[in-house]
Amino acid sequence: MKPEDRATSAASPDSSAEAAEPIPRAKGDYLPLALLPGLAAGALAVMLWQGVPVSTWITLTIAALAMGMMIFVIASGLTLVFGLMDVLNFGHGAFIAVGAYLAMTTLVPLAGWVEANSLLFNLAALGLAMLVAMLGTGALGLVFERVIIMPVYGQHLKQILITTGGLIVAEQLIHVVWGGDQKPMTLPTALRGAVVVGNVALEKFRLLAVAIGLVVFLGMLLLLNRSKLGLLIRAGVENAEMVEALGYRIRRLFAVVFVAGSALAGLGGTLWALYRETLTASIGSEMIVLVFIVIIIGGLGSVGGCFLGALLVAQMANYTGYLAPKVALASNIVLMVAILMWRPQGLYPVAKR
Amino acid sequence: MPEPLLTLAGVHTHIGQYHILQGVDFDVPEGDLTVLLGRNGAGKTTTLRTIMGLWKPSRGQVTFAGQAIGGFPAHAIARAGIAYVPESMAVFSDLTVEENMLLAARDAPLQRARLNWVFSFFPALKRFWTHPAGTLSGGQKQMLSIARAVIEPRRLILIDEPTKGIAPAIVENMIRAFRELKRERTTILLVEQNFRFAEAVGDWALVMDDGRIVHRASMADLARDAATQRRLLGLSLEAQA
Repeated sequence: MKPEDRATSAASPDSSAEAAEPIPRAKGDYLPLALLPGLAAGALAVMLWQGVPVSTWITLTIAALAMGMMIFVIASGLTLVFGLMDVLNFGHGAFIAVGAYLAMTTLVPLAGWVEANSLLFNLAALGLAMLVAMLGTGALGLVFERVIIMPVYGQHLKQILITTGGLIVAEQLIHVVWGGDQKPMTLPTALRGAVVVGNVALEKFRLLAVAIGLVVFLGMLLLLNRSKLGLLIRAGVENAEMVEALGYRIRRLFAVVFVAGSALAGLGGTLWALYRETLTASIGSEMIVLVFIVIIIGGLGSVGGCFLGALLVAQMANYTGYLAPKVALASNIVLMVAILMWRPQGLYPVAKR
Repeated sequence: MPEPLLTLAGVHTHIGQYHILQGVDFDVPEGDLTVLLGRNGAGKTTTLRTIMGLWKPSRGQVTFAGQAIGGFPAHAIARAGIAYVPESMAVFSDLTVEENMLLAARDAPLQRARLNWVFSFFPALKRFWTHPAGTLSGGQKQMLSIARAVIEPRRLILIDEPTKGIAPAIVENMIRAFRELKRERTTILLVEQNFRFAEAVGDWALVMDDGRIVHRASMADLARDAATQRRLLGLSLEAQA
């Protein structure tokens, strides 16, 4: 969690004589945040030196923002699952793919709304598609957790093997149900193209992706910091056994978090397929390596770290994709290594038992 | 002799292939403080964890308030009225002191009067109320761990070596707190290696060795019996004075 001021609740004790002495506030850890503007500034410097117009830098930065948000939506569930349940779920990619395909299928009968040149109808169609995607992957997540994950609790090697197997099976099932060909994912009419500000083109869908990503992030922060459920999750990430010893059904908490994480993966997959405007069954396995890099950079179990990591990874991918495409693939691994050399537990590690 | 609140009968616990508890039998009388003594590796922590449901007994019965709880999951045992203060303290470092206490108060909202009562023994918790628990010192974390177990009245509290590495001033606070709890008729099962502390708060003594109970006595009798202390615990109270 990013350190924030926490409001004292109604149960705060009356201070009497001790009110005089100011209690020193715990120092916030804000240094990793500097990486974001740092990377952006570095890329800008390189581009200016190469004579690239600033408008290109702006476009790439917005693209990075959008991509980062989508990766965050996908990765946030995974980091909580790993932090809370100590489960390595390589099958997370299956939820990304299934979510996208469910959304695509939902949009077919809504073609009228999608084609209409009305933002309202377009958003309604997308909203419905995202809802179906989330419900579907949430349900799939529940089945996955009970059938595939539960038998291998506590055994990391078996988890990796069986969840990777689950991913492969899911992808093949997608081929069976939907066909193995590449599907087009048409953007709704009112969301195609870009808004031009000055000499910068801001793609409309990217703006929507940023908005959705922010809503998810703020929603998660609110849930984690202001609700009892959030308290349980944050405590459980540190020490699930103690949470159970305090009288809470930890297995139920695991299931809730896993289902929520799967639903978010489905949402992220939908956004990503729309962003790329194309869809294949391998969309999940393509993303999963990036997702793991993000959660490792961010610190396992930390939502704030995941957010920061996602934005950094997206920045890296977009800037190097433009400046040095040949190293684009490796650039994120280099980023991960560099960050781990600075902070081996990730940017915002959650204290473990 | 008061009715036993907790009874273990022939309890065995295996951890992997290791046979840690090899037939543990004892009663914990209600309203009193029973101390579980013994050398390192005797099986004391395993006993507490088995009672709490964190490890399943492979054989034998655990009975609490007339109900067989052996094999129940930890959350059910907690809800039956048993609280646990582990050796590692297990405070949630990223949560504030307040949030730790909010989690512990599961049956009802935090009661102000009860909270003030807790603060009277552990004033540091009031000072650091909004601070992450990870910034507390070792002694303060121990206070928080105990405070979590007593913020709501429980019938039985299992405490594992609370004085280990703790400053004597805080130990004094703990002694006062335990005496208050006994006045409330809260039953306590305390694992301790610090015999002076055990003698100050305990009514009954159980000595454990090699996964079995090897001696049962009132604390007063054991405190007088230097020979048995030396034999079982490798110490005597005079030597500690």
